[in-house]
Amino acid sequence: MQCVASLRTVGLLLRFAKPSSNPPVDDIIQKGRISSTSEFFSFPCWDFMGHSSDQRESPSHDRLHAPIDTAPTATAAEEDGITTTMTQDGENEAPKHRMHAGSDESTATITPRKVDGKNHEGPEQRPPLPPRPSLLGDRPSTPLSPSKRPALQSKPTTAVSSVDIQTLSFPDGSRGTFAAPGSRSVSEGRGISGGTSTPSSRKVSQNGTEFDDSTSLMSYAPTLRANGDLASLLDEGLNSQSPAWKLLSSQADNVNPFETIYDEDNALFNFDHEFDEVEAVDSKGGNEEQVLLQWKAKLKHYLILSSAGKPIYSRHGDQNLINGYIGIIQTIISFFQDGKDPLMGFTAGDTRFVVAIEGPLYFVAISKLGESDSQLRAQLEALYMQILSTLTLPTLTQLFTNRPNTDLRRPLEGTETLLSSLADTFTKGSPSALLSALECLKIRKSQRYTINNTLLKARTEKLLYGLVVAGGRLVSVIRPKRHSLHPSDLSLIFNMLFEAGSVKAGGGENWIPVCLPGFNKTGYLYMYVSFINAHDGEESSSNERPSTAGSSPDDEIAILLISADKESFYELKQMRDDVVAQLENNGSMDIIRGAVRQGRPSTVDIVPGTQLRHFLYKSRANVQFMMPSFSPDFSSLLARRKLMSLYHNLHASTHAKHSHVKVLHCVGRDSISLAWTTPLFEFYCVAGPNASRAGLAQGANRVIQWVKREEERVFIIGGAVF
Amino acid sequence: MAARGPAGSRVGNSRFAQFKLVLLGESAVGKSSIVLRFVKDQFDSYRESTIGAAFLTQTISLDENTTVKFEIWDTAGQERYKSLAPMYYRNANCAVVVYDITQAASLDKAKQWVKELQRQANENIIIALAGNKLDLVTEQPDKRAIQTADAEAYAREAGLLFFETSAKTAENVRELFTSIAKKLPLDQAGPRNPRSGGRGGVELRPDTPGTQAGGPCSC
Repeated sequence: MQCVASLRTVGLLLRFAKPSSNPPVDDIIQKGRISSTSEFFSFPCWDFMGHSSDQRESPSHDRLHAPIDTAPTATAAEEDGITTTMTQDGENEAPKHRMHAGSDESTATITPRKVDGKNHEGPEQRPPLPPRPSLLGDRPSTPLSPSKRPALQSKPTTAVSSVDIQTLSFPDGSRGTFAAPGSRSVSEGRGISGGTSTPSSRKVSQNGTEFDDSTSLMSYAPTLRANGDLASLLDEGLNSQSPAWKLLSSQADNVNPFETIYDEDNALFNFDHEFDEVEAVDSKGGNEEQVLLQWKAKLKHYLILSSAGKPIYSRHGDQNLINGYIGIIQTIISFFQDGKDPLMGFTAGDTRFVVAIEGPLYFVAISKLGESDSQLRAQLEALYMQILSTLTLPTLTQLFTNRPNTDLRRPLEGTETLLSSLADTFTKGSPSALLSALECLKIRKSQRYTINNTLLKARTEKLLYGLVVAGGRLVSVIRPKRHSLHPSDLSLIFNMLFEAGSVKAGGGENWIPVCLPGFNKTGYLYMYVSFINAHDGEESSSNERPSTAGSSPDDEIAILLISADKESFYELKQMRDDVVAQLENNGSMDIIRGAVRQGRPSTVDIVPGTQLRHFLYKSRANVQFMMPSFSPDFSSLLARRKLMSLYHNLHASTHAKHSHVKVLHCVGRDSISLAWTTPLFEFYCVAGPNASRAGLAQGANRVIQWVKREEERVFIIGGAVF
Repeated sequence: MAARGPAGSRVGNSRFAQFKLVLLGESAVGKSSIVLRFVKDQFDSYRESTIGAAFLTQTISLDENTTVKFEIWDTAGQERYKSLAPMYYRNANCAVVVYDITQAASLDKAKQWVKELQRQANENIIIALAGNKLDLVTEQPDKRAIQTADAEAYAREAGLLFFETSAKTAENVRELFTSIAKKLPLDQAGPRNPRSGGRGGVELRPDTPGTQAGGPCSC
């Protein structure tokens, strides 16, 4: 069977109320956000195989999740390893755990479950509940320990009730959904999947509270009954519900994600000003308070300091403003360091602090945007890589070995802009950073082949890597057989060339010593860079790039030639001249220009008529991703950030430690979305709040089919090696 | 990097010569801005620091018959790039050492560069000292940290060309490069390396050291 088939997975619920995925539970509860703002849906399994029968087995859905369990377990064993993973478990729960020790009951309920999953002991002892094998089993990584399931069964009562409710509201249409694109209303989707079984136990496990809320919201649909047929039943029922409802829903289909601004979005209220400079503190005083307010209004801060407490970098605020905070944070981190129990992060209100310690350097990310710890940590890691890229590891180490008190700002002078552009990329939300993958320019395979060959033919002896990059997307790479090119290195380079203005603004050709930590963090490579304007018909005159005025990163074509020999500038320059001349001759340059000018296709271009508004597709094997244009729906900074926050949530949920979520469907007040991971790809997509789940799933399927068909155009597969 | 001296050609009555020029100086004194003004006649107040070094060319006509092409290495001023500097000034025919007339320390740095050039670079390298950001001083005279006379005295003593420039207003920028060009040994450029005067393809064939301008200044 296809991979898809093997996926039968369970969906989790997520809560979308806020962009930030992990506000402390108690916080949420207190504010009552959940209930009011968001709906939660859980779908237990998407049965791709059409094993609705599995689900049927567990007749006693009513209460529990039973169906789920059964299906996964049984099937899992039979089918393959993949199945095992189906559940959501660790993910959702994890964040909550962290947050509150002292949260209220809701929390309490939640936690136990988890515990159950992990330690099977406790639950078993409890008084026997009605037989429902299924639910519990699902969520924990069932495959591993079947025996544990029993334990799971015994759960807090709260959970049970909530489960039922959920089931009703959201059926999953795994197989059906994908396979049969036809007409599925939300309700249908559920039914198809063997709606009965659907109970979203997972969800339950996460947030007991949420369930309850959701329950009340959704209970309109009659659910649980029978087996696969339910789906159809539901569908009809819903569809025929009332003309008014239909009308409403049909209109609503056109609503784009994030179209409506809700109060909850206040978190992003100031996002348009996020990148404004904080004023300098006036020496005469008077504006300090105002400056401090501006500084505090920033949603995202990055601080870098040395273990001795010397400030190295801060995204916002000048020296005078941040020095006090640097001192505080150094004290806090050092305190835990001394205890040999390094501080990883902490939460204050709705702000998350994440700390990363790299040798003598402390990195701190302070975010109100709701990224997960591991996402923030990855961002800090990138900042560290940028520092290494400037200094190399031995230099850095030596500086601090010789003088622990070293002020690193001096050696790093001039690279603040690189750090800042990196930081701003993260704050704006970068699919590339989120997925740790690169984006390629879509051209035909044969065209790419020609470009590769042109590079190979012109290759000089000193060349290590040769790249053609257009509009921030990779067109072609040639590399030695023994060496691959690390995506994190490339993203540093792309940041330097396309985000930070320094290289571009210089005009001319550039010769840049750079350490690529993924390649070798102990030494420099030398990079020859030359830009060619995409809108320029003729080859740029040998040395001068057309004025940067009016040209965005998206219309720059750059030739990058990297060598280990610092004396090889003229050699590489010659190669560049040859390559450009050759590319002009064989028409490749026009093809690249055309592709760049055309930009990314819109979602609708890719899948006509779809309800999807945006998606990300990452090919795991190629470490590359593909996405449609942000316009028209997400062209503003704010809309884009919301979209990216959504993606971050989806990503966090599917990547949490011990998480085995394969398919995750989230319903929020302003959008619905889907995450789908397989060994081959990761896929995330979003549609308007009123789009049907079936439509979403169908769109997802069509995109994936499209990507499969276009794979060799969209991605660089294999690449050219010498 | 290949050793490259002035390459020149004489076609009929006209002369064409090509020289390698390097800009040195402390960071943020305006090296890149001077180059940008000279090469593209543009100015950008919010320029970010140069990373590594940029390579640009500009051709100027000294008179009807004489064309000089500069191959310019605009280097980054940060300390960490210092070890790379020899790569850029080696074989350079001329250098512009830039300081900021509103920053006293930048002249000290410039003097160090001059010393290093005189010790390590081509024997006959022509060095110009440029005090940049003249526009700031024109607006607010009290911003000046280095008196023209002091710098000029130093320049004379060290045998340097001297200009106070403003990349922002373009004042003295062209003059700076023109006077360097005039001082360069145009006549030394033999017809050995005939070049089309067209766009600046770069001759990669390593020239032998003998090609270097060996003679005294022609001026």
